[in-house]
Amino acid sequence: MVALNDYLILGAILFALSVMGIVLNRKNVVILLMSIELMLLAVNMNFVAFSHYLGDTAGQVFVFFILTVAAAEASIGLAILIVLFRNRQTINVEDLDSLKG
Amino acid sequence: MGFEQILFYFFAGVLLFAATMVITIRNPVKSALFLVLAFFNAAALWILLEAEFLAIVLVLVYVGAVMVLFLFVVMMLDINLVKLREGFGEYLPYGGLVAVLLVIELVVVLNSPQFGLGEMPDPVGQAADYSNTRELGRLLYTTYVYPFEIAALLLLVAIIAAITLTMRKRKDTRYQNPAQQMSVQAKDRLRVVKMPAERKG
Repeated sequence: MVALNDYLILGAILFALSVMGIVLNRKNVVILLMSIELMLLAVNMNFVAFSHYLGDTAGQVFVFFILTVAAAEASIGLAILIVLFRNRQTINVEDLDSLKG
Repeated sequence: MGFEQILFYFFAGVLLFAATMVITIRNPVKSALFLVLAFFNAAALWILLEAEFLAIVLVLVYVGAVMVLFLFVVMMLDINLVKLREGFGEYLPYGGLVAVLLVIELVVVLNSPQFGLGEMPDPVGQAADYSNTRELGRLLYTTYVYPFEIAALLLLVAIIAAITLTMRKRKDTRYQNPAQQMSVQAKDRLRVVKMPAERKG
C-alpha cells in the first residue's frame, strides 16, 4: 500500500524541480511557462492524494478548477509570448527592460 | 512490496525523470515533449489514486490541447537557443541549493510526528459500481455550481484576451464597417428624379 506521505513527497520533489527550472532557465520564457505548468501539476498531485486518502471528493473539484485556470494561464501566456516575439524578435527575458526607465 | 507500490515507484520515477529533462534539456521542443511524458505519468498516478475523471481530463486537456499549443508556439518562434542558454551553469548551484533545501524542509515537515501523516489509515477502496465521473458531476452541478459558472466565465475571458492580444490589423485587408452599413439612408443610395410625364403621340 502506498502511503499518503509518498505522494506528498513526490509533489514536493516535483515542486522543487520546477522552482529549480525557473531559476535555471531565467532567460527562456517558454521553459518558464512549462515550469509553472509543472508547479501546478505538483499542487494538483497533493490535492488528488489528499482527496483519495481523506475520502473527500472536494479536492478533486479543486483540481478541476486549477486545471481550468492553468489552461487559461497557458493560453494567455503564449499569446503574450507571440506578441512579444512579433514586436521584439526575441523571447529573452533580459531584453525586456523597456519599463526600466 | 505490492504491485501497487511497484507501479507507484515506476510512474513516480518516470515523472521525476521527465520533469528533470524538461528543465535541463537544451531544445524547447524536446522539453515540451518531456512535459507531455510527465503529464502522462501524473495521469497514471491519479488513476492509482482512483481519480479516473481527472486523469482522463489531464490527458485530453493538457496533453491534447495545452501541450499542442505549446509545441505550435515553440515551433513558430525562431529563437536563438545559444543566447537563451547563457547563465545556465552559473545559476545551477543556486537553483540546486534552493531545490534541495525545499525538498529537505518539506520531507522533514511531512515525516514529523506532529503532522501525524503516518497514522493516516489506508483508505477503503470504492465499490465496483462507484463512478468517479458521476460523483464529480454531482458535486460540480450542485455544491460548486457557482464556482463552475465562474470558471466558464474565466475561460471566456481567456479566449477574448488571447484573441485581442494576437489580433492585428493588416493594411491590405478589406473589411466592412457595420455601423456605416446600418446607418445608411435610402437617400444616400437612391435619387428620385422628378420629371414631367411624357405624353404619347
